[in-house]
Amino acid sequence: MKILTLNFLCCARKTCKSSPASFPLHPKEASLEQIETDINALFIKNILPRLDWEAMKTLTIELGLPALPTEPPSPEALEDPDSGEPSQTLKDLHQLLMETSIESGALRCGNCDHEYAVKEGIANFLLPSHMV
Amino acid sequence: MLPTPSTSHASFDNIYEPAEDSYLLLDTLSSKAESTFLTQRFHPTGPSPLILEVGVGSGVVLAFAAANAKVIFGHSDVAVLGVDVNPFAAKTAVQTIAIALKDLKVKPITLGAVLADLTSSLRPGEVDVLIFNPPYVPTEPLSATSSIPSEAMLDSHATFERDSKLLELSYAGGVNGMETTNRLLEQLPDVLSERGVAYVLLCAQNKPEDVKASIRQWPGSWKAETVGSSGKTASWEKLCVLRIWRDVVP
Repeated sequence: MKILTLNFLCCARKTCKSSPASFPLHPKEASLEQIETDINALFIKNILPRLDWEAMKTLTIELGLPALPTEPPSPEALEDPDSGEPSQTLKDLHQLLMETSIESGALRCGNCDHEYAVKEGIANFLLPSHMV
Repeated sequence: MLPTPSTSHASFDNIYEPAEDSYLLLDTLSSKAESTFLTQRFHPTGPSPLILEVGVGSGVVLAFAAANAKVIFGHSDVAVLGVDVNPFAAKTAVQTIAIALKDLKVKPITLGAVLADLTSSLRPGEVDVLIFNPPYVPTEPLSATSSIPSEAMLDSHATFERDSKLLELSYAGGVNGMETTNRLLEQLPDVLSERGVAYVLLCAQNKPEDVKASIRQWPGSWKAETVGSSGKTASWEKLCVLRIWRDVVP
């Protein structure tokens, strides 16, 4: 699963929904892979306002990836001012959000500590009935 | 007509095979009326829409929405995510989407698939388009304790039992065929964004008129309209697609 996917997921337990600690989920023993994908520059620009930047920063630290800047980049920083081509900033974001993927491991809720397994890139949020 | 994504790589021993209901969703989403509505709602310069299909199955509907995102949503920059309780479906859907996007120059973003019960794993208020082709066939009440079969290696009899159970989950809707749909409807106000829209397929025995009337009673000026239908008029098999949304405060 892409790092970007984690921007949209939280703990599946009802009792955790109202707790800020249920997002982002914390990767554990994550095995990462790089999956090369084409750059969609418009997407990077238009998804920026939807990213929880603090959560993304936490994730990169926890995964041992290059640190993100303190503040999200401005839209102007995403293209080269002379050529209009994607800037290095955009390419770095693309690589982090779109290409870096969790192949296996677990995702831990910061509120209830429950761990969701990730296998073959697919996270399993199904809960035993006593935990729903 | 926009092309239907290929599912020739899928095994339908344990995944719901695309059928009339799936195709009704494709036709509805790509209809002039719906693409006009969605394109206006998701202004082309606005943030990228997140499209979620619950019970993604083979992935044929979500792959169609992704591959034709520019026409349907007015955005080539959508992100699509699939959810299913069936591990075989989750894997297959990812493949179906990848194949459908293979030859596109500008590719929408696929967020993959997760195994989860309905929208339980989604952050509140993030989903812009939710698509649901539910288990809508009226059956005996659903058992609350039924566990989801795993994909572990099994002998042939156990495999058959498991596959039957997985297929049953894809159609058995319990009382009035509405048990699972009602649970999903309850989650909509939390999971949809302000501009969020849900497309939910129903059959005549689900009493779509009653469902719409009840949604319109929700607090917060919710709307529900039938935006697609097919099937034999007098038969319970008659299918329809509801659009569920609320007015965006300007």
